[in-house]
Amino acid sequence: MSTNPSLAASDTTEESAPRPRIGEWIIENLIRLAGLSTVVIIGLIFLFLLREGGPTFLDIPLRQLFGSRWYPIEGIFGLLPLIVGSLLVTVGAVFIAVPLGLITAIYLGEIAPPWQREILKPLIEMLAGIPSIVLGFLGWVALAPLIQNAGAATGLTAFTGAVILAYMSLPTIISISEDALYAVPKEYRDGALAIGATQWQTIWRVVLPAARSGIVIAVMLGIGRAIGETMAVMLVTGNAANIPALSGGMIFEPVRTMTATIAAEMGEVAQGSLHYNTLFGIGIVLFIITFAINSLAGRIVGTRGARRTGGKL
Amino acid sequence: MENKIDVQDFNFYYGSFHALKGLTIPIRERQITALIGPSGCGKSTFLRSLNRMNDTIAGTRATGEVLLDGQNIYAPHVDVTELRHRVGMVFQRPNPFPQSIYDNVAFGPRVLGMAGSKALDRIVQESLEGAGLWGEIKHRLQDPALSLNPGQQQRLCIARAIAVKPEVILMDEPCSALDPVATLKVEELMRILAKEYTIVIVTHNMQQAARVSDFTGFFWLGELVEFGPTAQLFATPQAELTESYITGRRG
Repeated sequence: MSTNPSLAASDTTEESAPRPRIGEWIIENLIRLAGLSTVVIIGLIFLFLLREGGPTFLDIPLRQLFGSRWYPIEGIFGLLPLIVGSLLVTVGAVFIAVPLGLITAIYLGEIAPPWQREILKPLIEMLAGIPSIVLGFLGWVALAPLIQNAGAATGLTAFTGAVILAYMSLPTIISISEDALYAVPKEYRDGALAIGATQWQTIWRVVLPAARSGIVIAVMLGIGRAIGETMAVMLVTGNAANIPALSGGMIFEPVRTMTATIAAEMGEVAQGSLHYNTLFGIGIVLFIITFAINSLAGRIVGTRGARRTGGKL
Repeated sequence: MENKIDVQDFNFYYGSFHALKGLTIPIRERQITALIGPSGCGKSTFLRSLNRMNDTIAGTRATGEVLLDGQNIYAPHVDVTELRHRVGMVFQRPNPFPQSIYDNVAFGPRVLGMAGSKALDRIVQESLEGAGLWGEIKHRLQDPALSLNPGQQQRLCIARAIAVKPEVILMDEPCSALDPVATLKVEELMRILAKEYTIVIVTHNMQQAARVSDFTGFFWLGELVEFGPTAQLFATPQAELTESYITGRRG
């Protein structure tokens, strides 16, 4: 291709026609490259994870692996306390964040007058922008003393982590479920109100069911955010790799999550040791859990969609 | 013949826009009253004033009286949900909920706490029969309502409306989204329903008004130009404006 402007201008038909096609070709392939690279990178990550973490599941007897003692220095690698820790914190966070998030979304989308919505929505989006470590810090200095004063042995507990995680996932849950509520046609609300339903009956029996798939996505994304969070949780859960005794108060005892374990121990571990491999093994377990949650969400949303159109339409 | 609804000197405003101007209209019991007029003349606004559905729009205001059995529905103590229970509505576009056929019809009785589950089955069946839909769908009550065709959906909406045993049914261009065959079915249904219910229908379609209604009101720019028995209004309109509209010279 010529860079001489006079030349380019002179032969208009033969030279300039193919030029946009080359541009097109370049753009098309750049886009393709970007798309493919995502797939390749995910594949590589998974391979790497398998290579580094795989020995965990081969070298450690399964009985020990799913045992209840995590003493890496003595060579005992029981993942159960870490899994229980992650579950306690995550489930606790879900129990706090889902009702709170849904109620807030309903208030924002259905009840609040416009001027309040205009104030509240940016505030909630700002909550999403707070770095997680700052929330963890807040949990450490403000929430933990409260919990200790309320009677727990220490303020650094699974519950503290759950509250912090809940507030971390709230913006996701609120804004996505509010979008889902917003997408419900006004005709449905009119139809319910015109029969004599109250506003609450309309929301509960018509709007929420119609927005169900969007709400499920919101909850799943919120959980995804919660289960993968590391630093804030590490600060406030006490970091004790033991399984709390099964009781009503177990959520008020210190735990350690899978993510916190990786972050805390990766720096000190000898590369290539069994301990090192096991930390990657934990990564694989996390990966599987997250993948399971995502495909479960996909399935719930998918069957719902299929039922709605009923095959005929 | 009694007036089920008496509208007296009724005005309605969207903000500063004066949408309905001093309307006085009698709605006769167990008759079909049709409201015709060009788009934007206020007939839908008027219809939605009869069950206060306009309350859901911010910045609206109403003056004057709408008497339902002699009681002003705009009086301060009126329970709007109770009013809408008595004055049901069918919308322009079929709007069944994205739920099963059964749940759509059962919605009203359930929220109003009208019936236990056994009586509910009977109400659902009667309502679907009343809407002329039972024979077509009795074996697929649990199918999603959105799998029905538009004509069936609209009749399902009528079944949903009559399931709570209203006294008046308002219909806002109920056939405008339907094909001619489905339209005919809904019109036949209206004639049958008029034996039990007072019906007010807004329509763009003058033939439809002439076919189904007993009384017709002609709206123009928020005012009621003429009101009278349908046969008389179409055969010998009193106002010149009415005549030019129904003969297609204006509108």
